[in-house]
Amino acid sequence: MRLPRIRVAVVAGVAALSMVVAACGSSGTDANTSNSSQSPESSSSAAPAESSSDTAAPAASSSEAPASVDAATATSADAFGGMDGLVAAAKKEGTLNVIALPPDWANYGAIIKAFSAKYGVTVNSQNPNGSSAEEIEAAKTNKGTDKAPDVFDLGPAVALASTDIFAPYKVQAWADIPDANKEATGLWFNDYTGVMSVGYNSTKYGEITSMNDLLNPKFKGTVALNGNPTQAGAAFSGFVMTALANGGTPDNMQPGIDFFTKMKAAGTFIPLDPTPATVASGQTGAVIDWSYNQLAAAQALQKQGVEWKTFVPNNAAVGSYYVQAINKDAPHPAAARLWEEFIYSADAQNLYMAGGAQPMLFEAMKKAGTLDAAAEKFLPKTTSPIIQLTPDQQKAASNFLNANWSKIAS
Amino acid sequence: MTTSIETLSPAPAPVAVRSGRGWRRVAPVLGTVPFFGYVAVFLLIPTAIVVIGAFRSPGGGFTLSNITALGDSTVIDAFVSSVILSAVTAVIGAVFGGLLSYVLVTGRPGSMSRRVVTAACSVLAQFGGVMLAFAFTATLLTNGMVNDALQDWFGIATTGAYLYTVPGLILVYSYFQIPLMVIVFLPAVDGIRSQWREAAETLGGSTWVYWRRVAGPLLAPAFFGSMLLLFANSFSAYATAKALISQSNPIVPMQIAGAITNEVNVGHADLAKSLALGMVIIVAIVMWLYAKLQKSTSKWLG
Repeated sequence: MRLPRIRVAVVAGVAALSMVVAACGSSGTDANTSNSSQSPESSSSAAPAESSSDTAAPAASSSEAPASVDAATATSADAFGGMDGLVAAAKKEGTLNVIALPPDWANYGAIIKAFSAKYGVTVNSQNPNGSSAEEIEAAKTNKGTDKAPDVFDLGPAVALASTDIFAPYKVQAWADIPDANKEATGLWFNDYTGVMSVGYNSTKYGEITSMNDLLNPKFKGTVALNGNPTQAGAAFSGFVMTALANGGTPDNMQPGIDFFTKMKAAGTFIPLDPTPATVASGQTGAVIDWSYNQLAAAQALQKQGVEWKTFVPNNAAVGSYYVQAINKDAPHPAAARLWEEFIYSADAQNLYMAGGAQPMLFEAMKKAGTLDAAAEKFLPKTTSPIIQLTPDQQKAASNFLNANWSKIAS
Repeated sequence: MTTSIETLSPAPAPVAVRSGRGWRRVAPVLGTVPFFGYVAVFLLIPTAIVVIGAFRSPGGGFTLSNITALGDSTVIDAFVSSVILSAVTAVIGAVFGGLLSYVLVTGRPGSMSRRVVTAACSVLAQFGGVMLAFAFTATLLTNGMVNDALQDWFGIATTGAYLYTVPGLILVYSYFQIPLMVIVFLPAVDGIRSQWREAAETLGGSTWVYWRRVAGPLLAPAFFGSMLLLFANSFSAYATAKALISQSNPIVPMQIAGAITNEVNVGHADLAKSLALGMVIIVAIVMWLYAKLQKSTSKWLG
């Protein structure tokens, strides 16, 4: 009898230790795991092949540009003596670390490939499915190492709270970015937005035109929202769309909760993150998500002979511009700046559009005639202008959700 | 090579003998260095970081705001859910695992069934996380085998959405809690001798008296100790729940992750540390109960 009791005590003790470690670990090491996880599925695996051309300079961590400029403090391409100088400096660095850019999100897979092919810079895509907060955490944890992210693609709330780690930079197309969409000194600038929409399998469920159709029993257990709206930017905007489509205003989110309560009562809402896999398997037959993700789903399903249609509810075209910024401690400062120049080139902006995202320079490119007409048809059709919540409205709505969402999802 | 060894080896021999005694005294202490090093790196330092971090403001000063944030209704709900989930699965695991252990022991010793069941339990007790979540998804969710069968044979359409709730987690967690109970409790049940039962019967004791006066008190410490182990096991589990529940953070480990990764309501990374501190305190209470239990049972047996 003695031995077993001791053994249990030891096991219990070990369990307690491991548990405390787990508790500590989740607060301390999550960021580490996220930024060091260089997903093999990410588009980075394709990048090295692309950049194997002889233009790729030997790995040099030095940021010395031809005219010996300090790339880390350069606030425009002029500091390098123009674009050619910047390109040369970036090529010398040879590598760019990007983070939290899923290859099927707003066409980032193609954008990374195009950048790599054009400039011969290897793109290292870290933690492609990470959140904006994890991007900042990765920059802080890996500060001073060559693993730190060079550039960010952030949700607005995280961006506004993190400006102290951004380096100011003005791209060549600076004047074409509306004032409301950039920080005056160049700390951050908007890049693209999606439009929130409802996508559904029209082959299976037939055509629907309003959110009320999602209460129909034929959608039982299959309507999903992309994420936890108290945490993820996409899901938050999806919730805002639901509220606006059902009589809410940017200052009144109650109709959103009411509608999700109705869907829950009807048994159609399923508290599950939709992924390309759940869409392909039919587990999520209707999804509230960004237009560019819907487009990716539609293109994937087309091959299976399934039609994935989308609609934007009337008067509820919700957008939320994402934010580009450069890490002030970027290990590859010139490549980081070149990436931003590329993002605001017609090439990358058209690629966003081909991925179903509304690019920042849409109006300017329309005027200049550089819009890719073939890509333009991938943009979502809206009947009203795009609505974006102000930071105050965003905060109020997020507090409201914190207090009310758990009733829906559990 | 050989010459150098020959010339070198005789010389230090006396030194080795002399230091041998000192070495013998130091060796046991040295042997514990890896253990204490491990404990320091993976337990003491993280605990210190959590405790200090829970009282630090983002600017680095002292603050109680992270602690007062624990009074938030969503946080309290998460702690309540976590404790209920852990307690219920610990009791379910202990009762069913205990019964299964007893059945195994009463069977023929070394029988095939016993070997199969214990082998299966050792595997299943470690079968958690994403794999387990996938197994349940493939079985019970919309396109799962069971649901497809119900649909095809009886025309009943179910979604299995209950798996995304805390009660659903009870079902899933039981899948590894019961086998774990068998593994940790079986040795204790094995220690019960059939002669004790015979002795009790010889002295006129009924089955009830035997269980109440003999087997019960002997097994109780191991039983409750194992139950506390199951509680801790479930209280700290994260991956299984995370893989199933994606749209809310009903339990504390998920709240910790949420506080760090939130991109809508930013700036709560320090709340993660106070949440972790809350978990440490609950474990401390559990361990204190365990110590008390051990003390009182050793009094009975002593």
